[in-house]
Amino acid sequence: MPAFPRVRDVGRDAQWRLPLAFVLVLVLIAVFAPLLAPQPPGIPENYDAIKNFPPSAAHPFGTDGFGRDVLSRVIHASRISLTLAFAAVSLALVLGTCYGSIAGLLGGAVDRWLMRLLDVALAIPRLLLLLAVTAFWGALPLSALVVLLGTTGWFDVARLVRGEVRALVQRDFMIAAQAVGASRLRLLVHHVLPHLVPVLVVSATLNVAGTIALEAGLSYLGLGVQPPDASWGNIINDGAGVIGAQWWLTLFPGLAIVAAVLACHALGDALRELIALDQVPA
Amino acid sequence: MQSLLVVVVAASFSFVVLHVAPGDPVSDIADATGISANLKAQWRAQGGYDQPIGVQYVRWIANVARGRLGQSTSHQRPVIDVIGDRLPSTLLLMSLALAGSVLLGAALGAWQGARAGTRRDRALTFASLLLYSLPEFWFALLLLYVFALRLHVLPASGDVDAAMHDSMTGWQQLVDRARHLVLPWASLAVIGTAIFARYQRETMREVLREPFVRTARAKGLTESAVRRQAWRAAILPIVTLSGLFFPALLTGAVFVERVFGWPGMGTALLDAIRGRDYALVSACVIVGSAMTALGTLLADGVRMFVDPRLRNV
Repeated sequence: MPAFPRVRDVGRDAQWRLPLAFVLVLVLIAVFAPLLAPQPPGIPENYDAIKNFPPSAAHPFGTDGFGRDVLSRVIHASRISLTLAFAAVSLALVLGTCYGSIAGLLGGAVDRWLMRLLDVALAIPRLLLLLAVTAFWGALPLSALVVLLGTTGWFDVARLVRGEVRALVQRDFMIAAQAVGASRLRLLVHHVLPHLVPVLVVSATLNVAGTIALEAGLSYLGLGVQPPDASWGNIINDGAGVIGAQWWLTLFPGLAIVAAVLACHALGDALRELIALDQVPA
Repeated sequence: MQSLLVVVVAASFSFVVLHVAPGDPVSDIADATGISANLKAQWRAQGGYDQPIGVQYVRWIANVARGRLGQSTSHQRPVIDVIGDRLPSTLLLMSLALAGSVLLGAALGAWQGARAGTRRDRALTFASLLLYSLPEFWFALLLLYVFALRLHVLPASGDVDAAMHDSMTGWQQLVDRARHLVLPWASLAVIGTAIFARYQRETMREVLREPFVRTARAKGLTESAVRRQAWRAAILPIVTLSGLFFPALLTGAVFVERVFGWPGMGTALLDAIRGRDYALVSACVIVGSAMTALGTLLADGVRMFVDPRLRNV
């Protein structure tokens, strides 16, 4: 039964420290992007003279076809890519927790049907749903992208939460709370939700990794974050067509994606081991 | 039963999306050519686009069941023909990638699981975590850059050499196809191998803790014989994972097809999105969902076959 890890154990097993530090560094880069980026967003005035420069001391990641410093764009993009992923995952966590706890608390036929529906939703590849919607609505603003990624990302959270709740419902303190007449809402808020925190933290970490990769993929296809906003995926979209001549446009934003996704995966793995959550799928 | 439901839900989803989209198939064709309002109304009546939404929905589902997926506006022919052209390429790519991922991943993971905690295991665990974190499209672009554009050892795009293919002998054609397959296959299979290896390592570790393994060791079997026995038990969850892996594989295939211009369903879908070919987009969603549903069904069947305990329940 997952419970909060004791402080002593957390200190001893330090596998989570390096990835957590890494994630924090990425978040700080995103927060202070305007201060860290050598160049502001936007096309410089003398762009014709400085376009398509390979990496050098002045431009460590080179410049793109509009003379923009790629390092600056990657830093600015971290803001959009990370904010989008955090916001979408938060939405998914809320939706998944609601659905999962309702199914788990009510049990019986309702639970069976809600779970069957969930299995169906999980069986339809998420990318196809996203592509179909973007196909019809065209270029989406950032807020719509958050909603879209959030509303298609909660299925696995719901399944996880439901499993946890089913296990919680049978524990003594839950039965005791019911015996003294606690309402279903009180059960949920006071007894179930606090116990879900460890599972949700692990699930959120892994989901952020998946969402960063998915947003990058959509933006690479030109269907995610739209220019002139920079996201790691759409910088690669600019560079993929000219990869033979300007490889730096593809390489560096890709490394940023890998760094962020890898850090979140490593953190998620370490946290999962820490609180012994075998049931959170990788 | 479950898989049928998946297809129905996917078809309903595409129906909703088709109707939320502005215009209908008649206005798509007619607006461009300036046909009179009278004729348009007549066409609508013929196509049934003036009927209540419930009637249209039932007919849509019935048509999907019969494989009538409408007319592709960008290809100027029935959607089902376009899919018939493209599906084999995608299935070839996906099945070879799946086979590669399962075989390599299961072998690598079992090897690691038997040596869990050693330096070599930790190095491989990190390597598989790294590969697992690579976006398919970016990894594919890297392979494209290194092997096609810098080293010139493999072709960069397509499934055959468009200029030379027809003048080749049968054997050369086969080699040509295989050479075009290598990079798209590797993009999917390397990442897939990492996924399966991570999973197999865990199951192998679990199995090695089981009583029957202790018994085997106590009997004095050699370590390699013990591992062989354990591996047979640890392989089962991999079959289940192959079914669950299908959506990820399909997603990867869409990106990889785009990078290498592979003429499959993925490029058909992306071209259809660009060309606002709504009938083809919704058909791709339905076929893609049907494929994953069938994949899960197939995995269940295989599991039934390899695990006698499941047969008589």
